[in-house]
Amino acid sequence: MPGVDGFMYPNEIELQWSVLIVLYPFLTGLVAGAFILASLERVFQVEAVKPTYRLALLTALSFLLVAPLPLQLHLGHPERSYEMYLTPHRTSAMAMFGFVYLWYLMAVLVLEIWLDYRRQIVLLSQSSTGWKRATYSVMTLGSTNISERALAIDEKAGWLITVIGIPSAFLLHGYVGFIFGSIKANPWWSTPLMPVVFIFSAMVSGIALVVLLYMLISWARRQVIDMRCVDTVARYLFYIFMIDFSLEMLDLIHRIYEADESFRSLDFMVHSKLYLSHIVVQIALGTIAPIALLGLTQVAKLSDIARKRIYATTGCLTLMGIFAMRWNVVIGGQLFSKSFLGYTTYKMGLVAREGLLMAILLTILPFAILWVLVKVLPPWPEASSGSIPDAEPAR
Amino acid sequence: MNITRRHLLLLLPAASVAWKYVLAGTPEAAPNYKLSEHWWGMLIDLPKCIGCGNCVRACQAENDVPDGYFRTWVERYHVSDYDIENPQVDSPEGGKKGFPPAKDGKGKNFFVPKMCNHCAESPCTQVCPVGATFVSQDGVVLVDPKYCLGCRYCVQACPYGCRFINPRTNTAEKCTLCYHRITKGLTTACCENCPTGARQLADLRNPADPIHEFLKTHSVHVLKPSMATRAKVYYNELDGSVR
Repeated sequence: MPGVDGFMYPNEIELQWSVLIVLYPFLTGLVAGAFILASLERVFQVEAVKPTYRLALLTALSFLLVAPLPLQLHLGHPERSYEMYLTPHRTSAMAMFGFVYLWYLMAVLVLEIWLDYRRQIVLLSQSSTGWKRATYSVMTLGSTNISERALAIDEKAGWLITVIGIPSAFLLHGYVGFIFGSIKANPWWSTPLMPVVFIFSAMVSGIALVVLLYMLISWARRQVIDMRCVDTVARYLFYIFMIDFSLEMLDLIHRIYEADESFRSLDFMVHSKLYLSHIVVQIALGTIAPIALLGLTQVAKLSDIARKRIYATTGCLTLMGIFAMRWNVVIGGQLFSKSFLGYTTYKMGLVAREGLLMAILLTILPFAILWVLVKVLPPWPEASSGSIPDAEPAR
Repeated sequence: MNITRRHLLLLLPAASVAWKYVLAGTPEAAPNYKLSEHWWGMLIDLPKCIGCGNCVRACQAENDVPDGYFRTWVERYHVSDYDIENPQVDSPEGGKKGFPPAKDGKGKNFFVPKMCNHCAESPCTQVCPVGATFVSQDGVVLVDPKYCLGCRYCVQACPYGCRFINPRTNTAEKCTLCYHRITKGLTTACCENCPTGARQLADLRNPADPIHEFLKTHSVHVLKPSMATRAKVYYNELDGSVR
């Protein structure tokens, strides 16, 4: 049979989860990671990362709004998806998706953004005219009190929500890892490390994305890049990357040393069908290279320009590596037979409901939403243009 | 079974009561079929299987299974003398049209029919987000196609590769143990069409079922016991190389 090596159970030849299911953990990972970065400033008082705080929240919201779309497009009967809310099956990890998603969206992210922006929204509803005034008035939800006492309450409530939001972000993405990690039928997925690896890889990807966006937006707005901020974020990125890499290596070493009945099959796959995406893109370019580059910035005294270039390169490599990791988990986990006697091939359509163009569209969509959100709720300080005295413009 | 006039007089009233349920498509609701009195499984006597593919054809005809998908299939194993961990397996078109002659060589060849194992603790029902797939009270794993979302999580969770997405309905599908037949007192299409009696429907809750004696006196195994799914398809003389 074309595309099949060895023996597959006859129902296994067709892959069940496509590139859209690769996108789903990628997008939710970016959400969770961006939120964790925002919490650094809010909860852990890391003042240096403040310039990225609001941008991180808006980024998280943009990607969270798109996260369910690949799932919805993938369902055989999307019109029945509401049944997950009405009659969730309590033993199913997937049944919890709707509740975890809604909790995170409404109780954490939207609420925190609203509380943080409330003062600005009220002021804009008073200063603007026409449809803008109407929009901002609706966004105040009737809460127009911006006295110092009211704002102090907002601050406390926002802090509390962020505190709740950190475990919620872990839950959001750890749960995605659990969906895969709890499938005992599939040895490529079945490991208790999966949710933990997903959480740390989420943090890595979300932080990398926000740094890239911050640098890109600063450059586009012709504003200076706060080097203290990006240096601090890069340092956190380096630490979390080290933990992520250690966990992935622990999983790999454990598999190699244990060498159970599935090992030969998986090992062959990594050295053949997944060689490019796993060894080259995920491990070499997407993990070792960024760690080495970030490590260099920690030990060597480099100029601002050099560091900016390293951070931009690192950000791109990291996002590519984490996408490859999601690809290797989702697609890689379906390329071998559960009989461990054969391999199949993933054929991605171009113009199809679950094809490449749809995947590209769903990847671009969060950026379009972010662009709108940034226009409506500017993430930079209200009064200033964002410039920092004695700092060089972004290059 | 010889039906005497006495038996007939006893059966007719029960049949007349059941008829309206059969017509309504819910024979299991008929008062003469009590869910709690059955616990279905299957016995596959491997030495008897000749790989003719009758079971596959019968299943596809009975259940309107789409081409290229299988509720049941037959695998042929070739195990070389010194390489029992690397069996060579083939199943052209699921064994529907039988098998081409085996290659010469040392070792053994045998056939293994596969199907849903109707696990009592099935991973597929565990993961279904809406409970569209479930273990019935009489021990059969079923899918409600009017409720299934088509998320394919159950297909991923099945360790035996028994599930697929029906391209006509976009819902999960698998062997139902011919539920529409067994609840009317018939056997499954595959069992009925097996020329050697290699497949036998078994009611584990019926003390008179010959399965009990067979399990006591033969070397019987289930597939992938390490999965701990409490599978109810029992294989007589299952070779250790079978996956």
